[in-house]
Amino acid sequence: MESKLREESGMSGIRVLVGTRKGAFLLTSDGKRQRWDVSGPHFGGWEIYHLKGSPTDPDRLYASQSTSWFGQLIQRSSDGGKTWEPVGNKFAYDGVPGTHLWYDGTPHPWEFARVWHLEPSLSDPDTVYAGVEDAALFRSTDGGRTWRELPGLRACSGAQWQPGAGGMCLHTIVLDPTDPARLVVAISSAGAFRSDDAGKTWRPVNRGLRSEQIPNPTAEVGHCVHRIAMHPSRPDVLFMQKHWDVMRSDDAGQSWREVSGNLPSDFGFPIEVHAHEPETIYVVPIKSDSEHYPPEGKLRVYRSRTGGNEWEALTKGLPQSDCYVNVLRDAMAVDSLDPCGVYFGTSGGQVYASANAGDRWDAIVRDLPPVLSVEVQTLP
Amino acid sequence: MIRVALPEHLRTLARIQGEVRLDVPGEATQRSLLDALEASHPMLRGTIRDHVTQRRRAYVRFFACQQDLSNELPDTPLPGAVASGAEPFRILGAVAGG
Repeated sequence: MESKLREESGMSGIRVLVGTRKGAFLLTSDGKRQRWDVSGPHFGGWEIYHLKGSPTDPDRLYASQSTSWFGQLIQRSSDGGKTWEPVGNKFAYDGVPGTHLWYDGTPHPWEFARVWHLEPSLSDPDTVYAGVEDAALFRSTDGGRTWRELPGLRACSGAQWQPGAGGMCLHTIVLDPTDPARLVVAISSAGAFRSDDAGKTWRPVNRGLRSEQIPNPTAEVGHCVHRIAMHPSRPDVLFMQKHWDVMRSDDAGQSWREVSGNLPSDFGFPIEVHAHEPETIYVVPIKSDSEHYPPEGKLRVYRSRTGGNEWEALTKGLPQSDCYVNVLRDAMAVDSLDPCGVYFGTSGGQVYASANAGDRWDAIVRDLPPVLSVEVQTLP
Repeated sequence: MIRVALPEHLRTLARIQGEVRLDVPGEATQRSLLDALEASHPMLRGTIRDHVTQRRRAYVRFFACQQDLSNELPDTPLPGAVASGAEPFRILGAVAGG
């Protein structure tokens, strides 16, 4: 179906990878992005926290599959998601894992729970990073068959980390396309961390963050970062959706400043950058940390064309009354067509797409299980 | 020959239908049975017992001969009817929900 559409249109194709509470779904379209083919559920009944394709081999996909009953699996596809094979699922912390802080402030042993995020290498389809709960970073260089922790991350301050209500997860992995040695990761209730030596050593990069929910609002670690986004043409510019506050760094995380501006709420989860306009960014404001739904029951994506501070509401095609869904941190993505396509999924099972950079939205699907993640592949 | 009944999700993962039949060398215990099961179906590693601690996952249960064997020690011999293949060793996900 997909190839037929592409042949008819002579245009690129789009593949949207959707992870949900009860399986994975693949949504495909031609470059017009008007008619969509839905396949799934893949791994029905399992939580699919994230799935993502290799930038160098779009048919190589990785998926994080888990349940409370049977634990963690990693699935790999070599044909764009038509077939899958389970690969390695042993995530053993390096050496004696030690302790982090528990909710009551006492030391608690590190325990693996699940993989939140998979980030394939920018240059090698067999190399992929995994961000896990309890927070740590793992890497596979054999297509997911075996995994090794990069222990320098926990060594830098892990004993001080303490989980928030959502668990202590490493959910964001940003790879610098101009410098393979530089990685930025983000951990809930711990903050952002950067390595400049391919993951051997790390340091917190949280200067400028202010969080009233922790004893020292400007502490070096302890900030609840929800998501970090980067445009590949400007790797030193990072955008962050923190628990509260939308932030920006122009020096690869060494310092941050707030750019929440006129948002109706600066609480939220995802943040994304336009594929062709590095100063155009998107967030989905959520009312508060105890009310995980949009302000006023109106689902609005906010777009800034000025790198923050000045925001406009994007509402066409989105429900503007009685809407109380949430959009999770990994559930927004962009394609690289022109005009740029923007996609997001909701806790109500809708996946919305805009083929014109957010000016108008349509639901591709409306009744999936709660959406955990959305990634987009622009196919040649 | 020991018979093992797996829950649907693990049958799907291991691409098997019906029961698994295993030759278990030595004495039949939970440990030797699970070792044999994981050797014949490597994709099941980590799904029934933890990779590192080798402990049963919290929401997995072991039933056989109308008994709950979930909390037996891993090296306790399995009931004779399981060891002889007369009864299956049942692995299942714990009931959950409200």
